[in-house]
Amino acid sequence: MMNSQQISVLTAAQRRPLLFRKLKNKVLSVFSLFSVVLAVGGMVWILCTVLTHGAQSISWEFLTSPSKPYGEPGSGIANALLGTLMMTGVATLLAVPPAMAGGIYLAEFGQGSRLAAVLRFCANVMMGVPSIIVGLFVYVLLVVSTGNFSGFAGAVALAVIMFPVVMRTTEDMLSMVPVTLRESALALGMSRARATLCIVARSARNGLVTGVLLALARVSGETAPLLFTAMFADAWPGGFFSRPTASIPVLINEYTMNSPFESMHAAGWGAALIICLLILLINILTRSIFHEKQH
Amino acid sequence: MQRRDRIFKWICAGCALCIGLLVPGIFLQLGLHSADAWREFGVGFLWSSDWDPAQELYGAWPNVAGTLFTTGLALLLAVPPAFVAALFVVEVPGWLGRPLSYCVDLLAAIPSVIYGMWGLFVLVPLMLEHVQPFFAETLGLAELPGGRWLLGEDYNGFGFLTAGVILALMILPYMSAVMRDVFRMTPTVLRESAYGLGCTRWEVTRDVVVRYGVRGLLGGIFIGMGRALGETMAVLFVIGNLMEVPAGLFSGGTTIAATLACNFAESDGLQRSSLFALGLVLLVLCLGIQIAAQYYLHLTGAKRGEAR
Repeated sequence: MMNSQQISVLTAAQRRPLLFRKLKNKVLSVFSLFSVVLAVGGMVWILCTVLTHGAQSISWEFLTSPSKPYGEPGSGIANALLGTLMMTGVATLLAVPPAMAGGIYLAEFGQGSRLAAVLRFCANVMMGVPSIIVGLFVYVLLVVSTGNFSGFAGAVALAVIMFPVVMRTTEDMLSMVPVTLRESALALGMSRARATLCIVARSARNGLVTGVLLALARVSGETAPLLFTAMFADAWPGGFFSRPTASIPVLINEYTMNSPFESMHAAGWGAALIICLLILLINILTRSIFHEKQH
Repeated sequence: MQRRDRIFKWICAGCALCIGLLVPGIFLQLGLHSADAWREFGVGFLWSSDWDPAQELYGAWPNVAGTLFTTGLALLLAVPPAFVAALFVVEVPGWLGRPLSYCVDLLAAIPSVIYGMWGLFVLVPLMLEHVQPFFAETLGLAELPGGRWLLGEDYNGFGFLTAGVILALMILPYMSAVMRDVFRMTPTVLRESAYGLGCTRWEVTRDVVVRYGVRGLLGGIFIGMGRALGETMAVLFVIGNLMEVPAGLFSGGTTIAATLACNFAESDGLQRSSLFALGLVLLVLCLGIQIAAQYYLHLTGAKRGEAR
């Protein structure tokens, strides 16, 4: 197969004049450079817009006062920021321990087993489920059954999104640990549980932290699953289990999409800047942790 | 010690089983809650274009068509650049390639609501003042026989093309990252032998690298497609939110996800059930795409060494 491929390449090359081929190559190279500039330029453009618009509305008061009802000046984002931190925190607590245990099952006990293959497939599929569908699911599960929107429902929705991501990265990171390490731990007389938790998981520690942080970065910007679960409120997150709780992404949606007021748009840009900074910070942190490991 | 190990194994297996319950669970929930709509409208729900809350008549076609249209546009705009961008990132030396990879990864990390906001405040005015008049008037496309059909009746900056551009920008880094991995898996010997025969870089790519990893490339495209199908916020801001079947590139419309985000909170009764049915349709679409993506990536997984 390889031979016939090479021959076809050779004959194809003979049929075309050299100059034409070189020209085509140049054109493609320019197009390729152009696409990279487009992708990176798009990012720079978006971030610059967020930075220039957002920087104007950032102030101490903006960061420390809660949001106000429509049309009232001087609203802040403190309640939404707190809500986002609470919801992502609770989601992490709910999702990470079982997801890691699941990842351990796939990596340590599930090599070659059919059940593990099915579960792995389910996790991959789950990563592709649109986040708004997860919102609908949790709405039925928690909001309908308890009768009110709550920050907790939002946290559960975020946890459902985090779960497969953390599970798959845990599995990938654990399978990168050399088998010899496992064998030597077992040869010393350790139990399987002890060897997994103290030796294998420990040597993959940086990778695991990276996985969790990336999942965290992903869910902290999620809006769609929070629309029907945590909703939005112009108040400090009081009853986490019983009342709607504000979050930065939903605040951005409320302030820009559903509001005609110029001052609210400005506040929306400020909130966008804050969430972007938060996510970029997590990403940079992840990079440095992962980089450390490679040395 | 043996017993403790067994307990540990069962705890881990139990946690892993949660994911196996989640996927059918979501299906079951959406199926149960959309039962009323399916009973009322039958399978005809899928291609009926009614949406009349006053008469309790609902149909999915404007949403489904809008979703497919925006996704198609986004793929059309994003696949060629993603492909050649991945080429570039693979071929350039490490000192330039690594920061570029970082940038592409960061682009994937920006929340979709930021894309939507940027679309609303930057892209929509740009489309309204420059891009749409250019196509409609300067090029005179609106006057041509098929022009109205292509562009739609009027333009106001919102619409399918704007949504397609934003979606393309969003899925470009994802697809590019998967394609980059696929390109990297081609054995160097194979590539170098083609160079040795006197091939240009493009010929090596087209005749060796792409043939070697065509399934992986398909998998990458399907992953981007899945994201574009289910994207809510970026589309919601710029689509125009009109319950209409797409009339052209510049016309407004809606997608399944945007309709859900807009109408779900205030709906009840049959409308809510219809919205659940829409959600079910979206879920089925996404699962189909995702299964295809997993299948093609799985076929190349052995070559890539999976863990990388």
